[in-house]
Amino acid sequence: MTIAPLGDSALLVRVGDSLGEVLETTRRLRRARIPGVEEVVPAFASVSVFLKSPLDYEHCLASIRAALRRPAISRPAEPPRLIEIPVCYDAEFGLDLTVVAKQTRLSPNEIACCHARAKYRVRCVGFTPGFPYLEGLPRILATPRRASPRTSVAPGSVAIGGRQTGIYPLASPGGWNIIGRTPLRLFDLTRDHPALLRAGDAVRFVAITREEFERWEK
Amino acid sequence: MFVGPALSRRCRISAVRSIGMKGFLPAVRSTCTPPGSRISSSVTPKKALFSKSLSAPCRLHFADERVIACCGADSGISLGKPRRVQPNEELELHASQEGCRCWLAIAGGIEVAQILGSRATDLRGHFGGFEGRALRDGDELPLGEPSSSLQFSGRTAGWLAPNEWAETASSYPVLGVVPGSEWDNFTAAAQADFLGEHFIVRREADRMGARLAGPKLARTQEKELLSEAVTPGTIQVASDGQPILLLGDCQTIGGYPKIAHVITVDLPRAAQLRPNDEVRFEMRSHEEARALFAARERDLERFRLGLKLRSA
Repeated sequence: MTIAPLGDSALLVRVGDSLGEVLETTRRLRRARIPGVEEVVPAFASVSVFLKSPLDYEHCLASIRAALRRPAISRPAEPPRLIEIPVCYDAEFGLDLTVVAKQTRLSPNEIACCHARAKYRVRCVGFTPGFPYLEGLPRILATPRRASPRTSVAPGSVAIGGRQTGIYPLASPGGWNIIGRTPLRLFDLTRDHPALLRAGDAVRFVAITREEFERWEK
Repeated sequence: MFVGPALSRRCRISAVRSIGMKGFLPAVRSTCTPPGSRISSSVTPKKALFSKSLSAPCRLHFADERVIACCGADSGISLGKPRRVQPNEELELHASQEGCRCWLAIAGGIEVAQILGSRATDLRGHFGGFEGRALRDGDELPLGEPSSSLQFSGRTAGWLAPNEWAETASSYPVLGVVPGSEWDNFTAAAQADFLGEHFIVRREADRMGARLAGPKLARTQEKELLSEAVTPGTIQVASDGQPILLLGDCQTIGGYPKIAHVITVDLPRAAQLRPNDEVRFEMRSHEEARALFAARERDLERFRLGLKLRSA
């Protein structure tokens, strides 16, 4: 583990590239409630700690070191929340199904079955508000990003980018291959927690028909 | 000009800008970057901010008497000092020669709902501020009740903020930086060029970030990085060797190498970059960055205290 500055008012704690390690580090740093810390945010193999001001740097660095040095309290890890995401894999929504089919030599139907059968975990949330980066994509579905990103991707689009899969919460540019769409709102300000998914959540995709998708929206 | 009855406690707009400032509260960064925060100069009052991109002039029609103050880019109104607008007065902000944003503080504040603890607008997410969007011609902004200490008087007329806080725009800024995580991965030539040469702001510059053009910054080894946190001020180097300076509305994580970060005290000046500006970077130590921040905070506190005494 290393701790490095991220500009003059944030710190980057680098840990191993495993979800468990990132979540444990995040949990410890949040629980420490260090004065001067504004927010603790997990990424892939690192946790960033944002400070209220550059003047909090020195004492926060010392507190972070102390918080992470404390021996782990051994207790069973809490089981993750399981969130089911309905996805319609119709060609109308899955704009890149044919591209992915060509690269994987699977039929669009096989891609949908394979994508929906796997179990995923949210590695981190970022890019646009509520965008989840999911690990657990079956190796066979891994496909490189588009050479040139789309300027606008429809909200709810479910996509594959390299060995990851994710969901676009808002209309935004995007370079991942789109294979379907969910009727769920990934980011909704009327909820207590606007982002549907958090780092560590377990996710399963459930294939739905076009009719079910329409009914969901109502 | 506007038609229709003047509603009291309202302000009407023409041209493009949005409500900025005072970022979202903690515990939202896992969702989005606090928009506007860290970018506006802290000399401006805490609420009531209206930030404007100065590519075109903009007129504001005030329904009642207000005290206002402006800072950032010069838009034809004295910067850093209060001014009274009369009922039904139309205030015109000109397109500026230098810089691209000015912040207008209005006594009483702009009374839009707080979302995630902020009145700022997230233009890409379409939430916050006024209907989650940039303002349009004819919009009417509800204003709050000004506090009694913000009545215009002979005393308040004499308030004047130092230039370095009020006027943040320059076409040739030198911004202080501290090294980024990947600083050591860049070649000695790239490091020397980064600090010795200037960079031109390209067309692609908005509240999210500014793409810069200059000497190609090469790394000693081109390895893929795992995405990590980025923050306003982070300078990433894209695969073409050209830097991208991230600003107030930047994304939360990024996978490009980070060569450096603009220090907090210089962010208000970074926010003023516009296409064709020439920017230079000057390396600072973390100790210097903190000392500069501490000095500015001290000056601000002294200034606040002075205002309090003068208006007592």
